[in-house]
Amino acid sequence: MTDTGPGATAGTEAEPVWRSRGAARRSTRTVRLYTSVTLLAAVVLAVLLVPPVVQLDQQAVDLSAKLLPPSWEHPFGTDDVGRDLLLRCVYGLRVSLLVGVAAALTATVIGTAVGACARALGGWADRGVMRLVDTFSSVPHLLLGIFIVAMFRPGVWPVVISVALTHWLSTARIVRAEVLSLRSRPYVDAAVSGGASRWRVTVRHLLPGVLPQAALAAVLMIPHAMWHESALSFLGLGLPTHTASLGTLVQSARGSLLAGQWWPTLFPGLFIIVPTLAIAGLAGAWRERLNPRRRSELML
Amino acid sequence: MTPLPWGAMARLAGRRALHAVPVLFVVTFGVFAVADASPFDPVKAYGGTAVLGADQETLDRLRTNLGVGEPFAVRWWDWLTRAAAGDLGDSSVMRQPVAEVIGERLVWSALLCAAAFGVAVLVGTLAGVLAARSPGSWFDRTVTSLAYSLEAAPVFWVALLAIWLFALQWDLLPAGGLTDTGDEQVSAGQVLSNMVLPAGVLAVAQLPWFMLYVRQGVGDALAEDPVRGARARGLSERTVLLGHALRSGLLPVLTLIGSRVPELITGALLVESVFSWPGIAAATVEAATSVDFPLLAALTTLATVAVLAGNLLADLLYGLSDPRVKLSEL
Repeated sequence: MTDTGPGATAGTEAEPVWRSRGAARRSTRTVRLYTSVTLLAAVVLAVLLVPPVVQLDQQAVDLSAKLLPPSWEHPFGTDDVGRDLLLRCVYGLRVSLLVGVAAALTATVIGTAVGACARALGGWADRGVMRLVDTFSSVPHLLLGIFIVAMFRPGVWPVVISVALTHWLSTARIVRAEVLSLRSRPYVDAAVSGGASRWRVTVRHLLPGVLPQAALAAVLMIPHAMWHESALSFLGLGLPTHTASLGTLVQSARGSLLAGQWWPTLFPGLFIIVPTLAIAGLAGAWRERLNPRRRSELML
Repeated sequence: MTPLPWGAMARLAGRRALHAVPVLFVVTFGVFAVADASPFDPVKAYGGTAVLGADQETLDRLRTNLGVGEPFAVRWWDWLTRAAAGDLGDSSVMRQPVAEVIGERLVWSALLCAAAFGVAVLVGTLAGVLAARSPGSWFDRTVTSLAYSLEAAPVFWVALLAIWLFALQWDLLPAGGLTDTGDEQVSAGQVLSNMVLPAGVLAVAQLPWFMLYVRQGVGDALAEDPVRGARARGLSERTVLLGHALRSGLLPVLTLIGSRVPELITGALLVESVFSWPGIAAATVEAATSVDFPLLAALTTLATVAVLAGNLLADLLYGLSDPRVKLSEL
C-alpha cells in the first residue's frame, strides 16, 4: 500500500520482504477481525443474558456501600447510592444499544427508501431530494437532535426519532450512488428492455443489489447512534436519569468525579468505546470483502 | 509568493453566499415545521408558571401577540423578515433579546474552537507525517491505535477524566469556568489558564481524525511517482518530504477541514458544558431544557451558517493551494 522503505523498490530482492509483510498484514487483520467478533459477541451476550439470568436488582440501593472503589465484590465499584456499577453498566449498555439499533434501523429504512425513490423517479424529484439532503447535512447533527428532543420533551422515543431523523441523510446518499452504479449493469438493461416498469426495476433489481451497502451503513451507524444517545443523555436532554444508559451513568457520576471518585465515570465510557471499536473492526472486514479495492480507505 | 487573487476569492464567496440563501430558507422552514408538529405551546413557554392562573382573555391576548393562531408558514416568514433586519426575537429563558444572548457568548465559543482547531491541525499534521514516514513502525502503530480509540471515546467523557486528572489529582489547571471564582475582572492570563483544559480536550477530540487523514494522504503521496522521481534524482529526504509529498498529500485534508465544522461545533457544545465555559453551548442546553424556541431557532440557524462558512473556507484554501484548481470553477 504505502510502503516506501528503500527495500520496497529494489527489485527482486524485495520480493520476499513484500510477501512476508503481506502475510503479516493479513494475519493482523485476521486477529483484529476475531478480536472484534469476540468482543461483540461478549457484549451482545452480556446484554441479552445478564438481566434475565442474573437475579440481581440494578436499582438496589445500599447506602452503607456507597462509592466503594473497584474490588472483587464490586469489580467496577459502586455509585453514590451504593448500586453496583458493573450491573448498572450492563443495563446501561442494554438501553444504549437498544436505542442505537432502533435509531440506526429507522434511519437506514428512511435513507434507503429516499435514496432509491429519488433515483427511481429521476429528473427533478431526484435533484430536489438530493438538494434537500445536502441542505440538512449542513446542520450539525447534535444541535438538530437537541432541537427535536427539546421540542418533543426528552424520553426514549424522541431520542430514537431525533437520532434517526439526523442520520438517514448519509444512507440516502450512499444508496443513491450505489443505485446509479447498478443501473448500468447488463441485468438491469435486460429488465428494462424486457419491459419492466420503473418501480419493478427498482424494487426487484436495484434494491437487492443495494442492500449489502445499506446494511453496512446501518451497522456502522449503531455506534454513532449510541454516541448521540449518550451525548443527549449526558446533557440532560435524553433518557430520564433513573433509567441507566451509558449517557445518564456518566451524567450522574459527575458529582462523585468532582469529589475524586473516578470509577463511576471511567467504566461507562469504556462501555461505549469497546462496542464502537468492535463494530468498526467488523464493518471494516465486511467492507473489505464487499470491495477489496477500497481497502486503504479510512473508516471513521 | 504570488499575490492572492482577491477578486476571484470575493466572487467565490459571493456565489456561496447566494447559495446559502435557499439553504437557510429551507433549514429555518424545517425548524418551524418541527416546532409546529411538536406538542410545544409557545404561550406556556413564554409565560411559564405566570400563565397558569391567567384568565382566558389574557391568554388570548398573549396568543395574538405571539402570533400563535397563525399557520406556521406565516410565523416563519415573520421571523425571517425580522431576522433579516437583525431582530431575532426575545429569549424567554434569558429574558433578553436573542441577538444579545448570542453576541456576548459567541466570542468565547469562537476563541475556544479556534484554539482547539489550531492545536489539532498542528499536532495532527506533525504526528500524521511522522507516522506516514515509517509505516508499520512502533510510532505509527501506537499513534494509529491511539487515534482509533480516541475517535471512539465520547468527548464529554474524555473531558471529565481530564478534569479528574489535571484539576483534581495533580491540581495543575482550573477545572472550569472562565476565571477563578471570586474574581470580578476577566484578565487575559486567567482566561488563558482556564482555557488550556477545554481547548486541549477539544483538540484531542479533533486530533485522531486529522492525524489519520494526514497519515493516509502523505503515505499515499510518498508512494507516488513524483516522489520516486525526486528520490531517484538524489534529492534530500527533507526536500522530498516537504516539497513533494506534503504538498500533494495534504491537499485532500484541506477539503476535509470544512466538512469537520459540524463535528467541531458538536464537540465544542459538549466540552463547553462540561467545563462551564460561558459560550454558546450553555445557552443551547438551557434553551433546550426550558424549550426556548426563539433562542433554539437562532442557534440552529447560526450553526448552519458556521458550517457553510467552513465549507467556503475549505474551498478557498483548496483553490489557493492547488494550482490545478481554479477558484472560478469551484
